[in-house]
Amino acid sequence: MSITKTKLVPIPSKNMIPERDVTKPPILECRSLGIDFGGLTAVNDFNLAIGRTEIAGLIGPNGAGKTTVFNLLTKVYQPTRGVILMDGLDTLDKTTVQLSKMGIARTFQNIRLFANLSVGDNVKIGLHNQMKYGTLSGILRLPAYWKQEKFARDRVRELLSIFDMQDLVDEQAGSLPYGAQRRLEIVRALATNPTLLLLDEPAAGMNPSETAELMENIVRIRDMFQIAVFLIEHDMKLVMGICEGICVVNFGCVIAKGTPDEIRNNPEVIKAYLGERKHA
Amino acid sequence: MRHYIKRFSAATKTNVFTYLLVIVSFATAQILQGAGVMSSSLKGQLVPICAYIVMAVSLNLTVGILGELSLGHAGFMSVGAFAGVVAAVSLENIVVIPEVRLALAIIVGAVFAALAGILIGIPVLRLRGDYLAIVTLAFGEIISNIINCLYVGLDSRGLHISVLTSANALGLDPSGQVIINGPVGASGTDKISSFTAGFILILITLVIVQNLIRSRTGRAILAVRDNRISAESVGINITKYKMIAFVVSAALAGAAGVLFALNINTIVPTKFNFNMSILILVFVVLGGLGNIWGSIIAAAVLTVLPEALRGFNNYRMLVYAIVLILIMLLTNSNQIKSFLSRMQSQSPAKGAEKV
Ligand SMILES: Nc1ncnc2c1ncn2[C@@H]1O[C@H](COP(=O)(O)OP(=O)(O)OP(=O)(O)O)[C@@H](O)[C@H]1O
Ligand SMILES: [Mg+2]
Repeated sequence: MSITKTKLVPIPSKNMIPERDVTKPPILECRSLGIDFGGLTAVNDFNLAIGRTEIAGLIGPNGAGKTTVFNLLTKVYQPTRGVILMDGLDTLDKTTVQLSKMGIARTFQNIRLFANLSVGDNVKIGLHNQMKYGTLSGILRLPAYWKQEKFARDRVRELLSIFDMQDLVDEQAGSLPYGAQRRLEIVRALATNPTLLLLDEPAAGMNPSETAELMENIVRIRDMFQIAVFLIEHDMKLVMGICEGICVVNFGCVIAKGTPDEIRNNPEVIKAYLGERKHA
Repeated sequence: MRHYIKRFSAATKTNVFTYLLVIVSFATAQILQGAGVMSSSLKGQLVPICAYIVMAVSLNLTVGILGELSLGHAGFMSVGAFAGVVAAVSLENIVVIPEVRLALAIIVGAVFAALAGILIGIPVLRLRGDYLAIVTLAFGEIISNIINCLYVGLDSRGLHISVLTSANALGLDPSGQVIINGPVGASGTDKISSFTAGFILILITLVIVQNLIRSRTGRAILAVRDNRISAESVGINITKYKMIAFVVSAALAGAAGVLFALNINTIVPTKFNFNMSILILVFVVLGGLGNIWGSIIAAAVLTVLPEALRGFNNYRMLVYAIVLILIMLLTNSNQIKSFLSRMQSQSPAKGAEKV
């Protein structure tokens, strides 16, 4: 696997994105984003831009506010302050469902599959807004039903084959091994046809060879679909290996941003995060 | 590919089995009836059994498929029943063929029950948590009370409706007819329901429910049940799909109400009380949450059973208990387990759902 050395360049808002994406506005941009839970400031003054085909990383110690950032981006939580621009559009009055339609898809740190349903149905549910027939067409089995169900079946197999999971379509999602469940969540997210894929600790619970495979697949997904990937991960090998831009948070604040090399050598990061991990 | 076809046919098999179960039972009942070996009390139960089956299957859509508890399903049956009776009486001279009149009355009953479902669903289904159980419980009681003081009459000038008064307040022509007479209910209506009509209504219910479940809409409803947060994250509008499931369920209950009401001479509002709602819920739970054929068997067997056990005298309750256990073993095993584990895994997260 080869990762091209990327140069990060500033855009008008002073956020950085990869040089190759600079001709278009960033797919996602956060300006002074923040949220308080009661007295606790979980995220504060969060600024970031992600290029259209960038693989970006979000790292930080436990409880730093990483998952909270994802929940803000997908409107699971309403921001207390700040702006989120998705594809240049303000998402202030948008809901989780509308953001999905605008192109954000995500996976969850604690896996949230439709555990009682089959693998195939999990992906088909991801295809929900790619299919257009209504309730009545479904009940009466009108031609639209047959045509789009066939499309869905084919698409499900196509998407599952990214992770070589096409033979698992009939398995119950909840009974899959842990690693396969994480992969299925990525497939389900991809089924929504996103332009920005958020992955919350995709390698958690995976062994080193699974993780290595996942790294290749994340890059492959980006190349195949030409989308942006924003991932949270504790596995430094994965983050340093595939991310072009990395953002480090601690106590809800951004303490460093830059390329893997810049992050690796940033004293503040070493103190707050990497050093602490090395001792552990 | 082979895998997929195998599963496709497994799900189809369950559907086909359900249709066969209904068709074979209907044919058997018809043969027994024709041969004159069916007791008259059982004969009298045939249409109510059909109505209960439709009730159970439709409630399963709300409780088993959508995963929301409803304690007032009989309320929708009531709305349907009285709307259907009014329709049937009003159409008596316009539509002479009783089967057609019954079909129209069933449609009217279903529409009114659906409207009641929408009315309840709009405020309640937006909320997270178990509000639906409380509100449907109240709805069942309120509907029964409203119809208790509802007077509807028909004369040459058309329909007259009056609330909280008496039948006299309707001011009917001498030739007029009181259709709903407050607490006395509706009496003297033509008994135009039939076992065959009940059978057809069950088949229609099965087509609607089974096709719905295995469509884009049905998957969205199952997604909402299994994991609300990820359903939203893939762009599923939770309220919309809760609403669809709930309203379809209510409409079918309304249809069952019409079938039930037009099978007897007198129907009183208190017939569709909380006990009836719980009885239907028992059918659904015993038959297995989400298990359609289970609902059918539970509704049929548990309706016939008390009558059939007369001969056992002292052992009646013992046999009843044994049959209950057998039904549960037959239909539940997996469902109840997953339901319980779902309930448990949900409850601690209620307050602050951590994503
Ligand atoms: N709904 C909530 N209500 C109150 N506090 C919350 C809520 N969600 C998160 N927090 C708090 O916000 C802080 C950040 O949590 P978050 O889950 O974002 O951390 P994280 O960086 O993802 O950590 P980890 O690496 O362990 O996943 C924590 O102190 C957490 O307790
Ligand atoms: Mg987290």
